[in-house]
Amino acid sequence: MLSYQATQHEGRPALKLKGALTIYTVTQAWRDIPTKLAKHKSKVLDLSGVEELDTAGVQLLLWLKRDGIGRGSDLVLAHHSPEVVEVLDLLRLAAVFGDAILLSPSSTSGSRHGS
Amino acid sequence: MDLDKAKQTFILEARELLAAMEEALLGLEDNEDPGESINAMFRAVHTIKGSAGLFGLDPIVRFAHTVESVMDRVRGKKITLDPPLVGILLECHDHLEELISSTQEGVEEAPGSREVSQRLLGGLAPYLEGHGVAERASATLATRPAGPSSERWNECWHLSIRFGPDVLRNGMDPLSFIRYLGTLGRLVHLASVVGSLPQGEDYDPEGCYLGIELDLETDAERQTIEDVFEFVREDSKIQILPPHSKIEDYIRFIREMPEDERLLGEILVAGKCITAKDLEEALATQKAELQEDGIIQGRRIGTILIEDQAVPPPVVAAALDKQKKFQERQAQEMKVVKVQAEKLDRLVDLVGELVIAGASVNALAASSHNGPLLEATTVVNKLVEEIRDNALGLRMVQIGETFNRFRRIVRDVSQEMGKSIELEVHGGDTELDKTIVEKLGDPLMHIVRNAIDHGIESADLRQARGKPPTGSLSLNAFHDSGSIVIEVADDGGGLNKAKILKKAIERGILREGAELSDAEITNLIFEPGFSTAAAVTNLSGRGVGMDVVRRNIDQLRGSIEVESYEEAGTTMRIRLPLTLAIIDGFRVGIGAASYVVPLDMVIECLDLGPFLESEENHLINLRGEVLPFLRLREIFRMPGEPPARERVVVVQYGETRAGLVVDKLMGEFQTVIKPLGNLFKHVRGVGGSTILGSGEVALILDVPQLIGLASESGHRRGTAALSSSYQN
Repeated sequence: MLSYQATQHEGRPALKLKGALTIYTVTQAWRDIPTKLAKHKSKVLDLSGVEELDTAGVQLLLWLKRDGIGRGSDLVLAHHSPEVVEVLDLLRLAAVFGDAILLSPSSTSGSRHGS
Repeated sequence: MDLDKAKQTFILEARELLAAMEEALLGLEDNEDPGESINAMFRAVHTIKGSAGLFGLDPIVRFAHTVESVMDRVRGKKITLDPPLVGILLECHDHLEELISSTQEGVEEAPGSREVSQRLLGGLAPYLEGHGVAERASATLATRPAGPSSERWNECWHLSIRFGPDVLRNGMDPLSFIRYLGTLGRLVHLASVVGSLPQGEDYDPEGCYLGIELDLETDAERQTIEDVFEFVREDSKIQILPPHSKIEDYIRFIREMPEDERLLGEILVAGKCITAKDLEEALATQKAELQEDGIIQGRRIGTILIEDQAVPPPVVAAALDKQKKFQERQAQEMKVVKVQAEKLDRLVDLVGELVIAGASVNALAASSHNGPLLEATTVVNKLVEEIRDNALGLRMVQIGETFNRFRRIVRDVSQEMGKSIELEVHGGDTELDKTIVEKLGDPLMHIVRNAIDHGIESADLRQARGKPPTGSLSLNAFHDSGSIVIEVADDGGGLNKAKILKKAIERGILREGAELSDAEITNLIFEPGFSTAAAVTNLSGRGVGMDVVRRNIDQLRGSIEVESYEEAGTTMRIRLPLTLAIIDGFRVGIGAASYVVPLDMVIECLDLGPFLESEENHLINLRGEVLPFLRLREIFRMPGEPPARERVVVVQYGETRAGLVVDKLMGEFQTVIKPLGNLFKHVRGVGGSTILGSGEVALILDVPQLIGLASESGHRRGTAALSSSYQN
């Protein structure tokens, strides 16, 4: 399940995702997130509560990010949870998103796979 | 390991190709039309290059490439093959041979061989376009120069995956594939391709838009890697390039992918599969080459070879095994010494004379009552017999070779006709005189093609008739009472007797109202100008078929008959004499003259009688069987009275038997057939002559003709009983 919570990020309104962003929740999230962002006038997605992320979830984040760019409103992904970092790392997509990923102490050890 | 076996095959093949190349090079001077030799050389070098590439034998590929380029220019008549060039090419041949040898010994590059390569390449340079500069450039495309810097370039498998749109919906997550691959080895490099992710409304949150390019360093085999993708293979696009793939393949791969070639190129470069410089160069060269059609043609063959590498290992192993068998057979053929047929004929002739002379010596020795002399002549006689057998054996060849040629023909023709046909071959080891075998090829071909074209029905019709859809055609050879029988049998529609009769009357071959047995009707197809094919195909059915076949067989002193059952099949039976030169004979006497009957046609000998009904019927009762007989004395109009006790020699040819009545039986002996002069060609009943030990001439009886005569005379006398023994 995925739930939402309005929070703050660096003094700006942010939308915090809580739960799993996977193929099971992605359709709902795809409908909810843009509306909720608009409602909160937020341009930040707080990912600290994302406990699970799969390819569908990654694609949704990428779509949100790109669509955001298309509307001229830069969406920022922030507070990546270790699970999110691991996936973005595995797919080498961090650079594609271009968001600053703050490495929490727990995520530094297990995340850098391969190279 | 399979690769090792394959490499051995490559070495064997390369050796043979090199031998062919050398032969072609050496034969150039006395060859009026060198085109074929040049082609052979080009092919040899080209094949060696291609196969060497498969095994990553870079020194061979590099060297062979330049030689091939020169050969190509010779072939294209851009340069002439002058003696100095022949000299250099011979040296190149020797060098290639050395390179192959070092491969066999497991040495990558023998010491000093690089220098020889350089020197020879230098020698070839003047013959290359633009003195070799351009060629050198494309050589780098074919294979990267092996140098220390290249060592770790493409140790990795390169995997390129474009997941199908339904992968996520089907409950699979590409992430897990990547994680699993990570357990197989080291993910050296990975890049996600997300360019296909749509923007705005087109986006389907449950669709999959992910592509992955990754380099995996692993010891796992191709199968293991392929198996990872087993469940997404169907709707996803997966390409796997093994380590050490050629740059060409990376380029081809880049071209095949939908993404921008630069992007993929960069991914490959980042994965250290290729270097940026190589990529630049290769892309540029490929573009340039697209204009030069000739080179692209050559390159394509290389690509096909590589694509072969992509098929699963069992298929490769099977193909290689087959190739190896073929080569073994070729190797066997190499052991054969070719002798001119003329020389062989002369030898057989001389042996024939020796047999005759030996017989006369025997006769003299026997009458001399000289013990030691008799003993000596017995030994000589035995040796002469052995020499005779061996000399005759020299001319004998197995018919299997001829039969095997039909495998290809059956395959090709049946494909052309859209029929599925299986060829079975029996008795391929049956030996026949070489002359006969050679002359048998054409008639056999005709019969086989006829069987495929007219005999075997289409698969639909076959099924309607309750037969298996695959037709069967069998070639059969065996010995039968002194002759060789060759059968071509099909399980097709058989001959349509009504149609044959109608046609025969139409063509004026037969009078209307003639009464014929089934066998006689079917054998009408051998009459000149007969063809029942409704449609003329390019295979047969032009009406010049079976009569020509019969003429050819007649020339071999053989006969042909057909046995056919409607909707069940047709069998063509060719009966041929074993040999044309020497026979075991049975000597019979009429008055003072001697005649010879080929021994293998003799069934038994008995006193004349008892007659069936009366002597005038020319039929005897042989243990309840009706046997027509002929008096040779009457046939040859010999003067003098027959003795009180006449003898009958029962002879058989094919299925038919007859009795020949003679004065006395004189026993077996070996004899050399001498053809009769033109003057006697039309004498019936005589097939040749021979010289007896005493110097007398004896005539050899033509048994098939005599049997025919006996049956005819039987017919003339209107005896119904005869037909029971005359089955043909």
